[in-house]
Formats: sequence, structure tokens, C-alpha cells
Amino acid sequence: MIRLERRPSPSRMWTALTPVMAVLATMIAGGIMFAALGKDPVEAIRTIFWDPLFNEQFAAYSRPQLLVKAGPLILIAIGLSLGFRAGVWNIGAEGQYIIGAICGAAVGLALYPLDSPIVFPLMVLAGALGGWAWAMIPAILKTRFNTNEILVSLLLVYVAEQLLASMALGLLRNPEGGGFPGSRNLQQYDAAANLELFAGTGVHWGVVTAFIAVIFAYVLLSRHLLGFQIRVAGSAPRAARFAGVNPAALVVICLGISGALAGLAGMFEVAGPAGQITIDFNSNYGFTAIIVAFLGRLNPIGILLAGILMALTYIGGELAQFMLGVPAAAIQAFQGMLLFFLLAVDVLSNFRLRLGKPEAA
Amino acid sequence: MRSLTTWLSGVAMATVLAIPAYAADPLKVGFIYVGSIKDGGWSQHHHESAMKMKEHFGDSVELIEQESVPEGADAERVLTQMSLSGADLIFTTSFGFMDPTLNVAKKFPNVKFEHATGYKTAENVSNYSARFYEGRAIEGLIAGNMTSSNKIGYIASFPIPEVIRGINASYIHAAKVNPEVEMRVVWISTWFDPAKEADAATALIEQGADVILQHTDSTAPLAVAEKAGNVIGFGQAADMIEYAPSPRVTSIIDNWAPYYIARVQDVIDGTWEAESTWDGIGAGMVQMGEITDAVPEQVAMEARAMIDSIASGTYHPFTGPLNKQDGSVWLAEGEVADDATLGGMNFYVEGLTGDIPN
Repeated sequence: MIRLERRPSPSRMWTALTPVMAVLATMIAGGIMFAALGKDPVEAIRTIFWDPLFNEQFAAYSRPQLLVKAGPLILIAIGLSLGFRAGVWNIGAEGQYIIGAICGAAVGLALYPLDSPIVFPLMVLAGALGGWAWAMIPAILKTRFNTNEILVSLLLVYVAEQLLASMALGLLRNPEGGGFPGSRNLQQYDAAANLELFAGTGVHWGVVTAFIAVIFAYVLLSRHLLGFQIRVAGSAPRAARFAGVNPAALVVICLGISGALAGLAGMFEVAGPAGQITIDFNSNYGFTAIIVAFLGRLNPIGILLAGILMALTYIGGELAQFMLGVPAAAIQAFQGMLLFFLLAVDVLSNFRLRLGKPEAA
Repeated sequence: MRSLTTWLSGVAMATVLAIPAYAADPLKVGFIYVGSIKDGGWSQHHHESAMKMKEHFGDSVELIEQESVPEGADAERVLTQMSLSGADLIFTTSFGFMDPTLNVAKKFPNVKFEHATGYKTAENVSNYSARFYEGRAIEGLIAGNMTSSNKIGYIASFPIPEVIRGINASYIHAAKVNPEVEMRVVWISTWFDPAKEADAATALIEQGADVILQHTDSTAPLAVAEKAGNVIGFGQAADMIEYAPSPRVTSIIDNWAPYYIARVQDVIDGTWEAESTWDGIGAGMVQMGEITDAVPEQVAMEARAMIDSIASGTYHPFTGPLNKQDGSVWLAEGEVADDATLGGMNFYVEGLTGDIPN
């Protein structure tokens, strides 16, 4: 008889090993799914995981694209992970991302065609403030009226989407666009454009900021009192009170940081890879980042790797779609498997498998 | 010795086999879709037309497709990867792909691009769209004749020129046959969301509408109309024939296949050039579904006559005298709207109530 026995503390070895096991299990289960769809499983897996990195035809382009795709995911996930560790559940990063993009773009468009080095920094500031302010709504409602931040932050995503459509059709619409929706393209406005910093690397300011956020979060969690408070509040809320943690302040700080980082991600995206405010500008980065945060174990280094892995499945998934004709839904199922297996094998780091009868307690 | 001859003949064989493979190097044609190819509407129809194109050319065309591509940075990456994989011609089938298409086209001057429903072109970028407002005029004619409450409901997506044109075209022709008619427009900010579309249809019917027009892609409004009884509607993008003979009395069908076949043929012949195409009922890009028996014979005849006159070019749905909503003159007697005005249409015609949201 097999039974599970809780480990006194999570096994370090298994914590490191389980993500690898989850990826392998996903490859196997995904391979079976691809085979059932009539595709060569080995070729499909190779196209997803290998071709974006090493295929002669694509890799020179898709390798840097990994950073472009992973940048916003990492940036948002880092912010979310701080809150998740403290038990503050910001599910609305998508909304904060949208508002950050709107605010950043609005500043840039308002200053158009001013050619000054001050434009871009102002946009960065506006993006961060926008995301922060949007996250303050659930924070204040939570601390003042004890509302549930999960619901409030999530519902504000839909409000943000409506606001986005309204901006693309109204206030921020390109006056030279012939009545069509969408703002001016910021890529074509040099003072506001968030372009590649080093040619051929894909690295733009958003990617740089994401790396800085990883380091910042690492130092915060391992060396700083606030990091300690976050960790204690999440694992032992009662103990945290005795240790002098102010829960209300923690809610405001965690939602504030994650909102500001999500806003920054949106701003860098709209000024760079996306270029313009459009009705459908948001593409679920805010929700995918939740997966990235958990895939990375809420650990800054883990999130960095998880973000890149997630980006790889997106880019490789696209290749598999048009080269092998794998349906988009199968790629999404494949990504879902990754999260599922990660959570499933998680059991191994917290529990020990035992054979035999339970010992008498 | 014997093994050597076997080996040599094997090589010879392989060479012979390899030659036709090179000779028949197929044209690689890519398509990207904003939605799922099973969305029952916009993307599905582009996909089906692409399949018809592939069927037409058989092995001389290799079709590569990607569905559910988000507009913006993701589209740009997908298009770049398709171009790198050796695509010769790529169709980008949604308005939001416009800037990404132009960006990628700049980097790949040898790849040809076709962008749907936009307004920009380049050396190697064409654009194409359909005059769906012609179909809306027919729907308006039927709606104006068939309503007994004189209230027509209209489910609209986003206030862009394409949608506003449709509202104006149907209202003009409904009011022409029935001056008492009122049109109520509900904006739901989505192209495809069955739940929202059903809510909008229910609200319109509760307000007394007995004809529902939709500029969204799901069959939900027809399902609501069927349940309400005595309410008619129209198929959108697809024929939606499963709701015939009523509530679905006719439909506007997107038919891109003739255009796709013609453009691929141009590339094969080496005669492809960047241009703007805006075709309607005449060229077959807009098709009207069968008008069912639920429509009185007299009305159906009028509708068919109008289809014929639009197809032959003798009638344009935007022919003066027409005023704008504020009462100012837009088109004088007999004057026909020019494509530039239609392309950027951002005003209602006289008689429509309410404001265009922004």
C-alpha cells in the first residue's frame, strides 16, 4: 500500500527536480496527444522545444524573440509573486497592464511630436503610476471595507478592457487614421519608441527592467525586513502579527508593487513590440504571468526560468501550428499540461512516498 | 560488385525521383487568422476560402495556416517566422494585423502580403475588403417591409467605419420602404461573444423590436429570436441556414475564395502587383443567402431586384438625396457616395437616433 507522509520541510532536492520531471511528463503526455491528432509526436516536440533555439532557418530570429515574449511575463510575475507569498491575491494584473499601457501611451501621444529625451522617462513613470493606481482600488477596498481582492482585481480587468476599447476608438485614436480604431504607432515616434537596445538581441527596456526586477525581488526576499515580513505573513499570519507585521500596509505594498510592475510591462509593450493602443492590445500576459509565477515557485530565479520556458512553448507552439498543422487548441492544452504536471509532481517535494502500513501514531 | 551496382542504381533511382520533386516546388501560401478557424464566423470563412483555394490549385500550392493570432507583437513574430520558413504569399485576415504586416513586409521584400480590411499598402502589400454594406441594404429592405412593430434592433460590435456603414445602409433602405421605422443600436464591444449577443437580442426584443440585425458573428441572436417567436433575423458571415426558414430569412455570406484563387494565380503567373480591392455582390465577394418562404413573395422579389441592380452596378446603396443625422446635406439628389467617405464613415444618416459612442 502506498501512502503519503508529509515531510517536516519541503525537500530541496525534489523542489529542484520536480520542474524537470514536469517538463518531461508534459513531453510524454503531449506527445501522446499529438500522436492522437495524427502528427508525428517526436517532430512536434522537437519543433516546440528545439527549433526556436537551434533551427538554422529560425533560431537567429526566434531566440531574441524569447526575451521579447518572456520580458513582460517575468516582470508581471515577479510583482505577483511577492503578493502571492504574503497571501495577497492580485488576479487582476491584466487590468493593471492595460491601464499602464494606456497611461504610458497617453503621455507619449500627448507630447507628440515633441522630440526630447524626457518623453520616454515620463511615459515610464506614467505607466508605472497607472498600474499602481489601478491596483490601489482593490487595495483600499480591502483595507477599508474588507472586500475580497481576488474578486475586485479580477472584475477591474473587464473595466480596463472597456476603457481600452474606448481609448482606441476615441481619445487616443490616430487623427490621421481615417476613422479607423487604434492610436498612432509609437514605434514610428522616435522619442517615445521602446526599440531594441542592441541590434539582434531582442533586448528592449522592458527586458532590462524585468532582469532588474528579478534581482530586486531576490535581494528583497532574502536580505530585507520587508521580504521577511512577506514570507512570514504568507506562511504564518498569526505569528506575523506578533512579529509586528501590519497586514493592511502589507496589502497596500504588495498590490502596489505588482500593479506598478504590471503597468510598466504594459507601457514597455505598447511603446515597443506592440506599437499602438488597439481594441485588442492586451493578449493575456496578465493571466499567463500567474501561471509563470507558480511555475517558478514564486522564487525570482524560478520565475525568470519559467518565463523563458513559457515563451518557448508559445514560440515553438506557433512553429508547430503552421509547419505541422497542429491546432492552436492543442498547443494551449499542451501549456495547460505543463502547469498540471508541475502541480501534480509538487506533491513529491512536500510529501514522502511510503510503502507499507502506517505507523501507529 | 553486385552490391555496387545495386548501390549505383539506387543512386540513379534517387536522382530520377528527386528531379520532379524540385520541378514541382509548390508555391507556399500562408494565412493568419485572428480567431479560431472554428469560430463559425469571420476566421472560419477566411479559412474555408483558403481551403477552397488550396483545392483549386492542388499540389502546386502548399498552404500554411495559423489561427488565434493576437494582433500586435505576436502577429509580427508569426509573420516573420512564416516569411523565414519560405512563404511566398501571406494573407493577414484581420484589421489589427495592418501595422505588423507592413513592418514585416519591409523586412522581406520578396514575400508578398495581402491584408484584409485595412487601408495601407506598400510595394509588396495589397489590401482587400468586401462591400458588406451592399448586403446590409438588402437586409434593411426586408426588415422595413416585414416589421409590424416598426422597431428594428441592431447588434453592433465596435463603432468603426465598417460597422457604421452597415447601420446606415440598412436604416436607409428600411426607412425608404417604411418611413415609420425606428432603429435601435446596441453596442457590445465584441465581434464574437454568444452570451453578450444573446443579452443584446433579448433586450432589443423586450423593447419591442421584431427584426434583429447583427454585426457580430455568433448564432446566439438567431437562437433568441427563434425562442421569442415572431421575430426575424439574418445570418452573418456564415449562411446560418440551420435557422431557416425563420428566424433566418436570408444572410450575408463572406466569400473570399474567388479573390484568393485570383491572387495566388497572379503570383504563379508573375503578374501580382500591390493594389487595393473593394469588391461586393457583383464580384461575388459578398453573397446573399437564399431568401426563405418566411418573406412575402412581393418583398422577396423586390429584394432580388435590388441584389441584381447592385450586382450590375446600376444602383449604389448610398445614393442621394441623403442627409447626415444633424440635418446637414451629405449627398445631393442622384449623387453617389465616394469610396473615401465610405471608407472613413463616422456619422449616422438622418433619421437614426442616438450617438455613435467613442
